[in-house]
Amino acid sequence: MTQLALVIDLNVCVGCHACVTSCKEWNTSGNAGTLSDLRPYDADPTGTFFNRVQTFEVGEYPNTQTVHFPKSCLHCEEPPCVPVCPTGASYKRPEDGIVLVDYDKCIGCKYCSWACPYGAREIDERQKVMKKCTLCVDRIYDAALPPSERRPACVMACPTSARLFGDVHDPDSEVSQAIRDRGGYPLMPEWGTQPANHYLPRRRTEIKIEQDELIRVDNPLKIDGKLPKPPLKDPALDDVTSW
Amino acid sequence: MHPAFSVIFLTTLIGAGQGLFIALYCAEAGARIGWLQGPDHGFYVGGAIVVCILMGLGLVASFFHLGRPERGWRAAARWRTSWLSREVIVLPAFFAGAAVWGALHWFAAGDAPFAGPVPSTLVLGAVTAALALALFLCTGMIYACLKFLQEWATPLTVANYLLLGSASGFTLATAYAAAAAPTLTPFFAATAVILVTFALITRGASLIRNARLKPRSNLQSAIGIKHPRIVQKSQGMMGGAFNTREFFHGRTRAFLRSVKWVFLVLVFPVPVALMAGGLALSSPALLLAAFVVQYVGLLAERWFFFAQSNHPQNLYYQAVA
Repeated sequence: MTQLALVIDLNVCVGCHACVTSCKEWNTSGNAGTLSDLRPYDADPTGTFFNRVQTFEVGEYPNTQTVHFPKSCLHCEEPPCVPVCPTGASYKRPEDGIVLVDYDKCIGCKYCSWACPYGAREIDERQKVMKKCTLCVDRIYDAALPPSERRPACVMACPTSARLFGDVHDPDSEVSQAIRDRGGYPLMPEWGTQPANHYLPRRRTEIKIEQDELIRVDNPLKIDGKLPKPPLKDPALDDVTSW
Repeated sequence: MHPAFSVIFLTTLIGAGQGLFIALYCAEAGARIGWLQGPDHGFYVGGAIVVCILMGLGLVASFFHLGRPERGWRAAARWRTSWLSREVIVLPAFFAGAAVWGALHWFAAGDAPFAGPVPSTLVLGAVTAALALALFLCTGMIYACLKFLQEWATPLTVANYLLLGSASGFTLATAYAAAAAPTLTPFFAATAVILVTFALITRGASLIRNARLKPRSNLQSAIGIKHPRIVQKSQGMMGGAFNTREFFHGRTRAFLRSVKWVFLVLVFPVPVALMAGGLALSSPALLLAAFVVQYVGLLAERWFFFAQSNHPQNLYYQAVA
């Protein structure tokens, strides 16, 4: 069984929102229709997004850490949004575990968004159907793209490679190894939704610096300074500067 | 949650309709057994028309909740897993049952009431009354099955929908009987008061339960960082989104508290007092006022029911920037 998912490394996410904009760009340009924006250039603009980067401050000043936290659909292994859907528009693909919405079946009752504890679903205010992250299902299987680009748009865009993409059920995949080696965890495990997306925690990075490493005993600049001036007659490279 | 008026009107209107049908059927069955002095068929026809009007209005209100009402028929597809789908099936079934039941009474208008073998209305009425109860179960379970909306995830939710809807229907039946079949008024009024009392017990229990509720999710589990002090600095957008509209009621705590007291007063003591006055003065107007006041109270109750439930996704939307 394949379960495609994202693994997001909070240790390297810098909160640049490149994943947000690339996601919006890719998914608003696809043949599933736009991700509608309402009043984009007016007061009180709003729009449909699959992915957001939020920022949290952890700890108390001065010992604080700023954590940038990208959030999109977690493609739960037990998605609570799927069984509540009255039409079957919301479904989980058995072949790769992606949770999708059939926009042609959705009646826009919003019940699935009530059933998602993560707030991953948004109604498109113009198309009046529920939308959510598709893991760029129209990219990752596109044989017209070179294999290196068959990845979600957010993963392609991330400048720090904070987003990994792969099969979390394959123990040898990059994402499974990252979850194992770097303590990947799911969000809100208390509800038993078993999110497929995982997050890699902040890691403490420390360098041990000894005092003698800060002041070099054999500072070459100081030694240079002590060298005697060469005599005027000595040959020089350009035969000019020596005199 | 953000209370949607379409759902508030849907649940209160069909609750009253279901309750009224159960009241009418109780009268019919009671008359058949001989416990009650049965009215003529015209009483049931009129009652069934009121039931159909309430159900029809509720159905209309429900379509305002849908983004794509023209696809509403698709909602019957997933009855195996979705309580909403089950409601979508049971609601029209009950509606149709009540309409046919009223029509059978209409065609039996010339006959002497309750002569001969078991009339078809009694059988169909039993099925329809069972559908009314099933519809209460479906409506309640739509909310009670969402386990992380902890204010809703309790059997009390189903009990409240059942008892509040039935009480509303019996209060309406009292007013209707006072105008059309006065011999039934004391039975309907007594049942309404009993149902209101039980509804007060279960609704009060759910209020007490919800006041003591400890949220299972917190910011620590939401972002997976185990630190006692985490503050959101940005929710990722400044313009607002579906997430900031659908799951917040946007009112103050004081407003919420006052709505709670408004519904506690309007749903429980005031209708009982008005019914007592209406019975003492045999005034159908006062009995109708009891229903109207209680219905307004139920609108407030339903608003509060939605507003009070706190969705865990709100943990992610605490600060704009």
